[in-house]
Amino acid sequence: MQDYDAVIIGAGHNGLTNAAFLARAGLRVLVVEKNDYIGGATVSRELHPGWKYSNCSYVCSLFRPEIYNALDLGRHGLQVIPLVSSMTFKQDGDFFGSYQNPHIRRRELMRHSPRDADAAVRFDTDVMRWCRLIRSMLLRTPPDPGSFRPRDALEFAYLLKKFHELSEKQLCEFIRFFTMPIAEYLENYFGNETILAHYSGGSIIGTGLGVYSPGTAYVLLHHAMGEVDGNIGAWGFARGGMGSVSRALASSFRAAGGEVRTGAEVMRIRVSGNRATGVELASGEIIRAGIVVSNLDARRTFTRIMDEQDVPPHLLRAATQFKIRGSSGKLNIALDSMPSFPALPDGSPLTLGHMHFTDTLTRLERAYDDWKEDRWSADPYCDTLIPSQYDPTLAPPGKHMMTVFVQYCPVEPEGGWTDEKRDRFGQTVINQIGEYSPDFRDLVRHVEIRTPRELENEVGLTEGNIFQGELTFDQLLFNRPFPGYAQYRGPVRGMYLCGSSTHPGGGVMGAPGANAAREILRDLHKPDTTPAEFSDD
Amino acid sequence: MTDRTVAIVIGAGHNGLVCATSLARAGMQVLCVEAGDVAGGMAAQHELAGGYRVPALAHVAYPVSAALRRELGLDKYGYAPGPSADTIMLDEQGRHLVLGSSGVSGPGLAASDETAYPAFRQQYLRYARILGKLFDNKPPALRSMPFTEKAALAGLGLKLRFGLGRTAMYEFLRVAGMNIFDVLNDVFTDDRLKAGIALDAVMGSAMGPRTPGTVLTWLQRLNGALNGPLSVQSGTQETLLPALVQAAEGAGVELRLNARVERILIENGCAAGVVLQDGQTIAAGLVVSGVDPRETFSRLVGARHLDAMFAHRVTQIRGKGVVAKLHLALSGQPGFSGLSDSQLGNRLVVAPSMRYMERAFNSSKYGECPEQPVLEITVPSWHNPSLAPANHHVMSVNVACIPCDLEGGWAGQREALARRVISLLGRYAPNLESLIVDHELLTPQDIEQRYGAVHGHWHHGELSMHQSFMLRPLHGASRYDTPVAGLFLCSAGCHPGGGLTGLPGRNAARRIIERRTAP
Repeated sequence: MQDYDAVIIGAGHNGLTNAAFLARAGLRVLVVEKNDYIGGATVSRELHPGWKYSNCSYVCSLFRPEIYNALDLGRHGLQVIPLVSSMTFKQDGDFFGSYQNPHIRRRELMRHSPRDADAAVRFDTDVMRWCRLIRSMLLRTPPDPGSFRPRDALEFAYLLKKFHELSEKQLCEFIRFFTMPIAEYLENYFGNETILAHYSGGSIIGTGLGVYSPGTAYVLLHHAMGEVDGNIGAWGFARGGMGSVSRALASSFRAAGGEVRTGAEVMRIRVSGNRATGVELASGEIIRAGIVVSNLDARRTFTRIMDEQDVPPHLLRAATQFKIRGSSGKLNIALDSMPSFPALPDGSPLTLGHMHFTDTLTRLERAYDDWKEDRWSADPYCDTLIPSQYDPTLAPPGKHMMTVFVQYCPVEPEGGWTDEKRDRFGQTVINQIGEYSPDFRDLVRHVEIRTPRELENEVGLTEGNIFQGELTFDQLLFNRPFPGYAQYRGPVRGMYLCGSSTHPGGGVMGAPGANAAREILRDLHKPDTTPAEFSDD
Repeated sequence: MTDRTVAIVIGAGHNGLVCATSLARAGMQVLCVEAGDVAGGMAAQHELAGGYRVPALAHVAYPVSAALRRELGLDKYGYAPGPSADTIMLDEQGRHLVLGSSGVSGPGLAASDETAYPAFRQQYLRYARILGKLFDNKPPALRSMPFTEKAALAGLGLKLRFGLGRTAMYEFLRVAGMNIFDVLNDVFTDDRLKAGIALDAVMGSAMGPRTPGTVLTWLQRLNGALNGPLSVQSGTQETLLPALVQAAEGAGVELRLNARVERILIENGCAAGVVLQDGQTIAAGLVVSGVDPRETFSRLVGARHLDAMFAHRVTQIRGKGVVAKLHLALSGQPGFSGLSDSQLGNRLVVAPSMRYMERAFNSSKYGECPEQPVLEITVPSWHNPSLAPANHHVMSVNVACIPCDLEGGWAGQREALARRVISLLGRYAPNLESLIVDHELLTPQDIEQRYGAVHGHWHHGELSMHQSFMLRPLHGASRYDTPVAGLFLCSAGCHPGGGLTGLPGRNAARRIIERRTAP
């Protein structure tokens, strides 16, 4: 007899999303989490008294509004504060700011290059077109090019129809966009060094690729297709830190009758007669369930928590060859007060948004070269935010919390990670920020430095890759995670994947979890509780 | 009835010659104008002082396709593929690795690699054969596709699914967009072997083994291997070019040398002929450019005759040469330590590992010359003694990862690079320096000046994914016809790209004829 209908391994945002939809379909669902807290990489913790760190993911944008509405996350306490700007400091003491207000944005572009100000109009329309196109594929299960089932044929027909809405020219543009390096793509529009560097940054976040690597233009899209209150491309903070995303998901899940157990690490997925029968915990306890869903990345799932005889050899090979390529680090910093940035005019709103310190494509590319040599970038690309400016819940009154996402950081530097190396890595980042904020170093009260090593050990992100696997052609759509396994089903019946290493990939999006739920309910012949593709146009 | 239109083909490179000949055989009256004093462009031969001759640029090549040989009757004019050459990955300790079309061998090679290699190569040859179906014709028009093209594509899809089979198709879909670095690391352990394969994926392109899309460039190159084994130019070239020239003349093509085209004559939006540098105007209803598309549109046509956005996009075409060429005249036979005389006729490569290659590529990105460049060496005189005085030799070296626009300019730095390369060669061939009678180094800039290839790029434009198929050289000119009526392209800048294949020229000619019969 079963303890539960379904057990989900890992309480990350995708695991919880998946669980919530299953519970809403009337299943008895249990989520087991190895850590003592839920959220996986969507988490906020008080690691320094009085300060709350969102110490992995740090901004909320990609999360699908369809899921937000379907799971009623607003009522469960998720509040997203729009993020209004981004900026890049220049070495010569000037800066470039990208504001949400179109008039101010244009004026700022004009200040740097009138030609680019005009090109920006073209750029925005083009990128928006691709966003809309991609968006319509996020909440759908990719077709399997190797199968002849009607559902796959229909899905291909759907995709063809989508592309058929484009003209010959647009189609070519799309293929071009999909296969281009971000730097070259932007050079079709912009000429100003700083503007080029500013807009390419988003394309290397989380990837083991450089701004001149083909395929990075798509990554830009992956970061640009997010929405806040229906504004495509807008970014936002979750009030209370990213942890409130997982808290809201968990609360919605519990409201539907689900259970979450923390401090329960799964050692293996039990299989008998080519069918998943449950999981075995580190404690030796066995939980029986007809459905087992893994929120772990594909490689971890198939190589760590499944018995070798349960995984066909070709799948095992695919799992070990799955490209993960950790390339990012993270600093979470407790500040005694707001650091000053002399380059900015007094009261500039730009400190409220993303702050970058890399102002040329060459600096970005050299940062990548360091990573290829298994070194952390001597001159890294940092995505810096001080969310405590409008979320007082994150730090004591008057104090501030800064989060710094660092690209690039190697999985394994020469001779492996040591705490001493980790601190040296952190110091390079602090020094870079210090160059633009004289009082910054003295305001630092506590720093949490996270290299791929920490990300893997604590959260279980293999190699610390934030996407649970590279977002390259060979690992997108029906190739994600591997060709033939892109429809969320594992090698044995009743076993599924719902993590970011499945379509449509990483970012706090929730789409993989929802898509996996749809497939599971389909197999169980239960009513589909997941939201349909969203359209505001 | 036969069509007597006067067609002018600009440039007597091998693609220009192929196109001109095919047009003439279709009954057109064709004039081929060439700026240089010999036909052949980058595939020709080059004379050094003191009676030494070397392959101008292309010094290794695969045979041209059987179809081309048949259509132009090349064999009748004496074309024969050259003797097959292996690729030898040189090792400083003399532990060289020999990569042949059939297998790989060498000291210290893991048995697993030795057995994996033939299967691996066969697998990718199958992929190359399928891609090849796309190379033999103009790229498809995605919309407004005539039924014949739809059918052809569908056929290709079925080949993918059934010809390869499910597993192989999955694998093809996976690797097609990958970088060669990851693919090779998944399969092989030996650095020399991996570098030897990666070389063919990146040679001539501004790419490193880690650049996504290098599997595709490798497949494009492997496609030539379907016609026969690689051979060192001296052999092939001396039969290919004369054969092409004779075939052209035999077909009635008028070949005019030392005639540099100043601009293409445009009358009410249509190509009406060409104006030569000496001021002479030649009228023609049809103009085919074998010149780099960027040069063709920006200089020969001129932006004022083009749509503004199109003209802008032309300036965005990527393709900066990254290979320099070193020619050495030697007073004797070079001796590579650990290499027998009989092996000297092969393609010798200095690239110990993919990391080494990636590092060399890194410096080229910033306009710097790598401390240790990648070298591709041939000794053409070993095959053909007539290239040098008795008992003397010529050596031809492709020096990869050399920036076209060097930081600080080439003046003065050319010699420094030559010396660096020669001393690097000396580490593998101790007696080399003492044998050097004369040397000549062509930087990408020199290559541009001598052969007109913009920025000295072999392929008239990077062979990256976003410049392939219907995106080569750019949308609006990817099917050999251009926005200017009566003006066509036939250079390596078009689909399917560079290499001594003649395919762009052949496809262009078929397109032109097709457009004449059914516009």
